[in-house]
Amino acid sequence: MNIVVCVKQAPDTAATVTVEDGKVSWGDAPLVLNPWDEYAVEQALLTKEEHDGKITTLSLGPEDAKEALKIALAMGADEAILISDPDFAGADTLVASKVLAAAISKIEDVDLVFFGRSSVDSDSGVLGSQVARRLGWPALSLVSAVNELSPDNRTIEVERMIDEGRQIVKSPFPVVVSVVKEINEPRYPSFMGIRKASRAEMPIWSAAELGLTDIPSPAMTWPEIFAPPEVETTCEFIDGETPEEKANKLADRLMEEKVI
Amino acid sequence: MANKIFVYIDHFGGSALPASWEALGAGISLKDSYASGVTAVLIGNEVGSIAQEAISFGADEVLVADHESVKEFRPEPFAALLSGLLKESAAEVFVLPNTSRTREVAAMVAVDLETGIAPDVIAMEVVDGVIHATRPIYAGKLLTKVVCATERPQILTLRSRAFPKPEADSTRSGEVKDLAVDFPDPGTEVLGYKESEAGVSLTDAGIIVTGGRGVSNNPSLEPPADITDEKEKEIWRAHQGFKLVQELAEVLGAAVGASRASVDAGYIPYAHQVGQTGKVVSPDLYIASGVSGAIQHLAGMRTSKNIVAINKDPDAPIFQLARFGVVGDLFEILPSLTEALKERLGK
Repeated sequence: MNIVVCVKQAPDTAATVTVEDGKVSWGDAPLVLNPWDEYAVEQALLTKEEHDGKITTLSLGPEDAKEALKIALAMGADEAILISDPDFAGADTLVASKVLAAAISKIEDVDLVFFGRSSVDSDSGVLGSQVARRLGWPALSLVSAVNELSPDNRTIEVERMIDEGRQIVKSPFPVVVSVVKEINEPRYPSFMGIRKASRAEMPIWSAAELGLTDIPSPAMTWPEIFAPPEVETTCEFIDGETPEEKANKLADRLMEEKVI
Repeated sequence: MANKIFVYIDHFGGSALPASWEALGAGISLKDSYASGVTAVLIGNEVGSIAQEAISFGADEVLVADHESVKEFRPEPFAALLSGLLKESAAEVFVLPNTSRTREVAAMVAVDLETGIAPDVIAMEVVDGVIHATRPIYAGKLLTKVVCATERPQILTLRSRAFPKPEADSTRSGEVKDLAVDFPDPGTEVLGYKESEAGVSLTDAGIIVTGGRGVSNNPSLEPPADITDEKEKEIWRAHQGFKLVQELAEVLGAAVGASRASVDAGYIPYAHQVGQTGKVVSPDLYIASGVSGAIQHLAGMRTSKNIVAINKDPDAPIFQLARFGVVGDLFEILPSLTEALKERLGK
């Protein structure tokens, strides 16, 4: 099995995020492996443990995105490649999907590509589907369980978490799978893994190495980032001697204010 | 002249999703800006009645691709048909409701047509013929304007409940046309469905009742003697707490939500999770019981119209967002509240 996992670096979800001079700031909060991507890496590791193979992790981003790749390596991925080029700066998903598809093609003979469902910063949630489209492969998104995977038949059967429940889908290889939280419990990097990751060679692929001569301009721009309007509320605390009294008063207030 | 505004109508089990009509309404609001009528597109099998509904909600024209091969949703053939249609019509705008199906269809169409996509949009305005859409990033901790200045069509998926649903008028008339169908086979096969364990869909719900870590915090409840493991005792207690949440939700016709802490502790499936790594919701009423209000949770529900917090701890951050607060034990408050509302709502 030749497995690729695409990961991204993102600020910790506990961070307080603000806008300073039109740019996003997360203060001193650490940059971490995008939490959704931990599930993607874990699923790749589980797949390898059961069926053998090799796991390559890819990250598109500036030099410091190496930190996200190191976490994937420390968890157990075999190789990590940083995809970085000044021409990729400001890439939207249209450009990013083109670049990642080129990288996956360069790796050759890939069976499975894993993505996290979205990144916790831009919240786009479209990259996996777009990379699949560029490659001409099927996309299985919002995958919450792998029911069956057969390297011999080259098929995978999954459950997708849709609004109405689960859709069970079977797909041939090669295929792009984006996963949701429920699919597994990501492992912590081991001490040995962290040591190995800190010494790992990490090639950097540029636009030229990917054979991308004409990087399109991003179709989407973000002209203005701003904090959402403050919610102006003062909490009206409902008092009462007993829980029944509090509950009745609350019910009355909800009815009076036409909240219900 | 062909319409320049296209709206995709998402449906499941024979009914359109409410968010589809919100998207249609948003498309209709652009008619003046683009001097164009609105074309609704419907793909599926035996979906003719939904086409009539689209007319009553204000579509000028409905294109229907009705075929057995697209009875089950798969993004690839849907995207292929839509891309062809949008290209042929030189569409300016393609609006979709943001659902678990449409986001990936929109993503694929954007690749086919080499254009941008604005997912999960909560507001929009047209400036000099270009849509400036607002969408949440960092799970709603921030907002960003997004613009697709030159490529066409501009593709937007709209967050559920962010745009008003238009009034239906069954006397409206419009044209329903069948599309020639020639769907490429994506190679995938839909084997079946499993019912949702979440009941009412969180993103569509007008009311959500959420249980947090506090649902397990009732030491006076004694688990049955055959449960000896401490963790299992905790989960048993949490299930008693979620029963109370569920009962209140039933009286209100509400969806049941959960905090990450209660999902991670194994109290309730992930499908219920509200917050940065769960669902982002915006109901008319959000009742948080036993939820302290971690920043990741607040990010996922802060735009709710009315928030009610029930918590033992008067200093819990959730009260800062709440319109109404009750300091107390959810195991005492919730059953009383359920009874009180049952009475008042005549149930």
